[in-house]
Amino acid sequence: MCLAIPMKVKKIEGDTAFAEVGGTEYTANVGLMEDLQVGDYIIVHAGFAIEKMDEKSAQESLDVWREIAEYQIENDPHKDS
Amino acid sequence: MKYIDEFRNASIIKSIKNKIQTEFDGHPVNFMEVCGGHTHAICKFGIRDLLPQNINLISGPGCPVCVTEKSYIDKAVKLAKQKNVIIATFGDMVKVPGSQGSLKDNRQTPDNIKICYSPMESIQMSQENPDREIVFLAVGFETTAPAIASSVIQANKQSLDNFSILPGNKTMPAAMEALLQAKDVRIDGFICPGHVSTITGTGIYDFIPEKYEVPCVISGFEPVDIMATIYQLINQINTEKPKVQNQYKRSVRQEGNLKALRAIEQVFENSSAIWRGLGEISNSGLQLRPKYKSFDANKKFDIKIETLQDNSACICGEIMRGAKLPTDCSLFETVCTPETPEGPCMVSSEGACAAFYHYQK
Repeated sequence: MCLAIPMKVKKIEGDTAFAEVGGTEYTANVGLMEDLQVGDYIIVHAGFAIEKMDEKSAQESLDVWREIAEYQIENDPHKDS
Repeated sequence: MKYIDEFRNASIIKSIKNKIQTEFDGHPVNFMEVCGGHTHAICKFGIRDLLPQNINLISGPGCPVCVTEKSYIDKAVKLAKQKNVIIATFGDMVKVPGSQGSLKDNRQTPDNIKICYSPMESIQMSQENPDREIVFLAVGFETTAPAIASSVIQANKQSLDNFSILPGNKTMPAAMEALLQAKDVRIDGFICPGHVSTITGTGIYDFIPEKYEVPCVISGFEPVDIMATIYQLINQINTEKPKVQNQYKRSVRQEGNLKALRAIEQVFENSSAIWRGLGEISNSGLQLRPKYKSFDANKKFDIKIETLQDNSACICGEIMRGAKLPTDCSLFETVCTPETPEGPCMVSSEGACAAFYHYQK
């Protein structure tokens, strides 16, 4: 029932969005969404888009861990061995 | 794939693993996930193998098919046997065993059970088959509820009198509280469901740290998400400040999806519900509001059933309470396989037994 893979919206016609992921096209009912735009990424559940991805939050959560990962690599005592 | 590959980045996963190892004090902790998507992802990505020995991940009642009680399946089978009825359902439900077999075992004609990806397809079926009765099996948590509510609203708008649902939707918070009160297993932290929270917002878990002092972290479904969630739970335990944290901010807003919540509120009201393995829990289900009762299959058809004694050695109930592992079951992999499931946890890919069967060998 649950597709956790975000799909990119290609076209919106009324309550239907045509979205794509990995080369496959899906349709989703967007009656539960506000202000959806072509180019947004949506999470679809039981045929309905339930949320659009917040790109800024996605980036922020990754940035925190990227910094930690870089710090760990820099300070790895075995890195030159 | 965008928003997937970055969250499967090996060097980030390794750095979180290092942080957990450095900061975990080693005393045994049990973290429970209550979403079938997490159960599947934890097994698929081998998350258990990345953790120190004493961090124990246990599966709770998060698979919608698994928590559906036998009596519900029995009612669906009884409906399927009625002349003129077409059962419309999510695919996983077809193989779930009831007291007298599954829907698949009781298929009457080639077209009396139809699998839908969306409940809206059952609306279309009702329009295309005016001389048949379409009954949608309304199961799932807060995630499927708005889609099902939207379908009922649509059926009402179109005055479709050959459409109904068999209400079986469940809601998560009261079940989580029941698990905490049952004390079958000590729960030191909840990996809270991502998409349930997308709908509801983050507030539904507030009572857990407040009343039970148990940390909660809402998690996404990729390995970086789940590892970061476990790190946040460890951190909360270390600081002794249990709270609700949102690791899955890219998809979960504090207030949730208000439009979806309004759809649920319009169509459904809270009710008690019977959960397979947990029994009856008040305030943990959704029933149709009086305005929409004409769409309730319980009212429309005579589907009273007798409760039969359950003699199966299946331990799905204990597995869903986190009290036992799939590998503790005498039927696991012998009698019970995804092809011949004895219990619901082996049917759905989100069930703990199916996830163990496929990935934990």
